[in-house]
Amino acid sequence: MEKFQSREGLVVPLDRANVDTDAIIPKQFLKAIGRTGFGPNLFDEWRYLDHGEPGMDNSKRPLNPDFILNRPRYRGAQVLIARENFGCGSSREHAPWALQDYGFTTIIASSFADIFFNNCFKNGLLAIVLDAKIVDELMKESMTTEGYRLAVDLEQQTITTPGRKEIRFEIDPFRKHCLLNGLDEIGLSLERADSIKAFEAKHRAVQPWLFG
Amino acid sequence: MSAKTLYDKLWESHLVHEDSDGTALIYIDRHLVHEVTSPQAYEGLKLAGRKVWRIDSVVATADHNTPTRDWDKGLEGMRDKIAKLQVETLDKNIKEHGAKAYFPFLDQRQGIVHVIGPELGASLPGMTLVCGDSHTSTHGALGALAFGIGTSEVEHVLATQCLVAKKTKAMQIRVEGELGAGVTAKDVVLAVIGKIGSAGGTGYSIEFAGSAIRSLSMEGRMTVCNMAIEAGARAGMVAVDDKTIEYVRGRPFAPKAEQWEQAVAYWRTLHSDPGARFDQVVELDAASIMPQVTWGTNPQMVAPIDGRVPDPAAEADPTKREWMERALKYMGLAPDTPIAEIAIDKVFIGSCTNSRIEDLRAAAAVARGRQVAKNVKLAMVVPGSGQVKRQAEQEGLDKIFTAAGFEWREPGCSMCLGMNEDQLSPGERCASTSNRNFEGRQGAGGRTHLVSPAMAAAAAVTGHFVDVRTLS
Repeated sequence: MEKFQSREGLVVPLDRANVDTDAIIPKQFLKAIGRTGFGPNLFDEWRYLDHGEPGMDNSKRPLNPDFILNRPRYRGAQVLIARENFGCGSSREHAPWALQDYGFTTIIASSFADIFFNNCFKNGLLAIVLDAKIVDELMKESMTTEGYRLAVDLEQQTITTPGRKEIRFEIDPFRKHCLLNGLDEIGLSLERADSIKAFEAKHRAVQPWLFG
Repeated sequence: MSAKTLYDKLWESHLVHEDSDGTALIYIDRHLVHEVTSPQAYEGLKLAGRKVWRIDSVVATADHNTPTRDWDKGLEGMRDKIAKLQVETLDKNIKEHGAKAYFPFLDQRQGIVHVIGPELGASLPGMTLVCGDSHTSTHGALGALAFGIGTSEVEHVLATQCLVAKKTKAMQIRVEGELGAGVTAKDVVLAVIGKIGSAGGTGYSIEFAGSAIRSLSMEGRMTVCNMAIEAGARAGMVAVDDKTIEYVRGRPFAPKAEQWEQAVAYWRTLHSDPGARFDQVVELDAASIMPQVTWGTNPQMVAPIDGRVPDPAAEADPTKREWMERALKYMGLAPDTPIAEIAIDKVFIGSCTNSRIEDLRAAAAVARGRQVAKNVKLAMVVPGSGQVKRQAEQEGLDKIFTAAGFEWREPGCSMCLGMNEDQLSPGERCASTSNRNFEGRQGAGGRTHLVSPAMAAAAAVTGHFVDVRTLS
């Protein structure tokens, strides 16, 4: 996993609640066996006017001009703001892969679905929960101000608006540590291999039917 | 010692390590693997030069993108070559890395991972059980801690037999009283989601309790726990009772002989202690639950069969109002339309929510002696597993369905998520026993209404939603 770089990014407001992972990346793209290349199909059904299938040349497909990501002023956005329960539904990790592949580094919402939230952090994608009122403010500012950018500082746990307003966010310390250092969580867990083995031996003695 | 919830007991009995901030390493007993969310995990494992920690914890099958017909043509008959490569990749990965059991495409015991786990006794009470699929909460019906994970976590479990997690809060949902005739587990869980919302369970593990839950069969409890994720919960579970133990007894991977006695003695402790504290308790009156039908693009958008499509104009919250308006536009429905006047184009009976033998019996009881309505283009029944299919055929259910004009298919996830050819076309409206009515879920532009198997069969034979209780 790459280290999370604190930086400024262009913001795109996706003014919707309950955005599910089927919408983030439709099922026909889950047939891939790699982790990369999902960006062009992010929000596929909302983003294009035709029906997308794997293997299509996405650059030739008709874009839906009404979908916010397609508006020229939001091109190259790195920060996505959405309303509550973002990422609900399927556990598909293709959803954060697609968001990241598109170029997003940070997703801000008033709440996230549990599995999606976990999946983001496993891939170095920062998911930030902010109070619904603040999300509403940022959403409106980013709609009315062209070129609206937010500076995300993970170390300090702050977001700074173009008007120099600083907003603090909370993050689990372990997740912050992993993100800042680009740590491989499996490697960290394997440092406890002896504890796992000791637990396993005890567990096997008590519930032998779970083994074999 | 203080009174513990079932969740406390399951959590504590699998705790390998816990940091002072609550970040924990928990041990995983059973890892169910399927073709769609595992290839990148095995690839990651290989790239890092790591091995599977405990091969005998892995049970695998191909279910998500496999076709439900033309099985006689074999693997080569899979027309979707990208999907075929994914199925073959699972074959290759299991061959290379090993598993306790593998039921590949075309195997007699292949089936939806959440159907075959309990059916084989591969999912047991007291286990921690994970799978790269959100509906893993199904297995909590056995008194297990079961939840869905992403592909990175699949790799983590393969490599370490553990997951990094924090304990969730505990919620108890009590459904007390007697369910009316024709009201099923699916109606109960849809009513629950309608009440608490699709994010109402976020940050919680839910224990379903109360006399109405205890009265449900194991299969009904699986339906309820299956959809705990649709309320946003990490896991759903039901305490172990006699029904649990009788369900598990004699299954192929269940413990045998003296280990069985030992296991049962332990399993009998798997319930919340009297006085155990929950962070939240929600109560529902079973007698007030009607057959349910969803009208929107999220499972919480649900109404009783005698209800109407709501009017967004009556919603005060602007975000919610906009959400409802979008949903009605997508669904092609006008506010205040009576649910029972909504006509359908297709019917899907299947999925990890409702494809077990009881579900098929309930649907067949309605279909028997009737005909699929003329306006219904396709009504299909997709059994949850090879075993369910054979049992249904022994009972003659397949004949009832085909005589009524339903198609009888091979097992798999099928039109629940439409990864294979079983999909809705744009604008088609479907009565579906599956679990998600999201935009495009069953096919781009498709319109899904979630219902119970009996209600789906009733819609099939009348051509529109109807209170199944008025048919017989």
